Amino acid sequence: MTTNSNDPGSHGSREHVEYLLRLGDSTLVLGQRLAEWCGHGPVLEEDIAMTNVALDLVGQARLLLTHAGKVEGRGRDEDQLAFLRDVPEFRNATLTELPSSGVASAHATSGDYAVAIIRNLLFSAYHCELWRTLSASTDTELAAIAAKSLKEARYHLRHAADWTIRFGDGTDESHARAQAALDALWPYTHELFDTDPVEEAVARHGIGVESESLRQGWLDTVAPVVAEATLRLPSDTAFRSTGKRGLHSEHLGYLLTEMQSLHRQHPGAAW
Amino acid sequence: MSTPTSAIAARAWEVLAGVADPEIPVVSVVDLGIVREVRAEGAALEVTVTPTYSGCPATQVIEASIRRALANAGLEATVRTSLAPAWTTDWMTSAGREKLARFGIAPPGARLPDAPVRMRFVRTAPAAVACPHCGGTDTERLSEFGSTACKALYRCRACSEPFDYFKPL
Repeated sequence: MTTNSNDPGSHGSREHVEYLLRLGDSTLVLGQRLAEWCGHGPVLEEDIAMTNVALDLVGQARLLLTHAGKVEGRGRDEDQLAFLRDVPEFRNATLTELPSSGVASAHATSGDYAVAIIRNLLFSAYHCELWRTLSASTDTELAAIAAKSLKEARYHLRHAADWTIRFGDGTDESHARAQAALDALWPYTHELFDTDPVEEAVARHGIGVESESLRQGWLDTVAPVVAEATLRLPSDTAFRSTGKRGLHSEHLGYLLTEMQSLHRQHPGAAW
Repeated sequence: MSTPTSAIAARAWEVLAGVADPEIPVVSVVDLGIVREVRAEGAALEVTVTPTYSGCPATQVIEASIRRALANAGLEATVRTSLAPAWTTDWMTSAGREKLARFGIAPPGARLPDAPVRMRFVRTAPAAVACPHCGGTDTERLSEFGSTACKALYRCRACSEPFDYFKPL
């Protein structure tokens, strides 16, 4: 693969491909996490809601990974990228791979809906900022995907915000669990806004954005919801997760094993 | 002598008006506003469609049914998918909206502006959606998400019937 960092558009610099994989992998991995709620939602309407959000995210991931494969120019399609890469090749933010049962309990089988909702709040608020900005990307295919995805992210945010307020401003039990979820997930949000050389490179060409610039807008969305939910914003710590650079938590391997099992047993399977 | 290209395009639009959405079969793909363009050049016919939601599982079925319907009418077409500009419920035809309402699905209302908006949560009631069964406006949202990606679930307090609302996008 040639690296031509002066080329802003079609055939891709390493950073351009890397950036698209980050966007695609985060949506794919969170989509897979949310799909785990299928048949396990706390009430029927929420079962449907989570799978609807998952469907949107997987749809976005398909577009993003297809595009990443084209920009890469090595003939990899969406399926090869989704199903035939291993943990260190995935570029999703660590936040998206954490189990819905909570950060601490790796092997718990039952999900905690407060974790699912709070993560969706934190992530969809980020997605809204991200897609709004990338709607003006010089990568016109990415701009089109972003404009499309923004509309969907708004619904995800509204759903998650509604439930955050119900949980936080609900019973003692729901308040405690929402606060515990927020405390556990908060440290993983820093990665979303940690600008690195990949982002600097794509931002120079107007393809992508230095994610640090999204943080204030994100906080302006998240903080009022947290306040209305009578929850407390956790204080920031020095912890930085590193999923977008390919260094993941122990949880991603389990998720990929399940997600990729059919394709690895039947390579090239299509339906 | 071949048919003039404008006549081919017009014929294609007629055929497309009969292609039903697979999940809401009372409306056609034209009613939904997902057929964006029909181009006839010489013998080549190209139909451009846009997805409603990026993960909508009906998208591939729709493309296949468009191709099949045109082929049955003796028109060989390629179907192209375009993402930009992104589909909006504003493109739904008024005939499509009436068909939805008659089917028991409340048609989409005004959509959110594309510019950033300050969102208010829970305590502000969303704009009233009229019940497609009795026309009453004393309705409540049960769930932001419904039986398909494009719908939300509502209930009418007047006639007590639940109904789907086609979400503005």
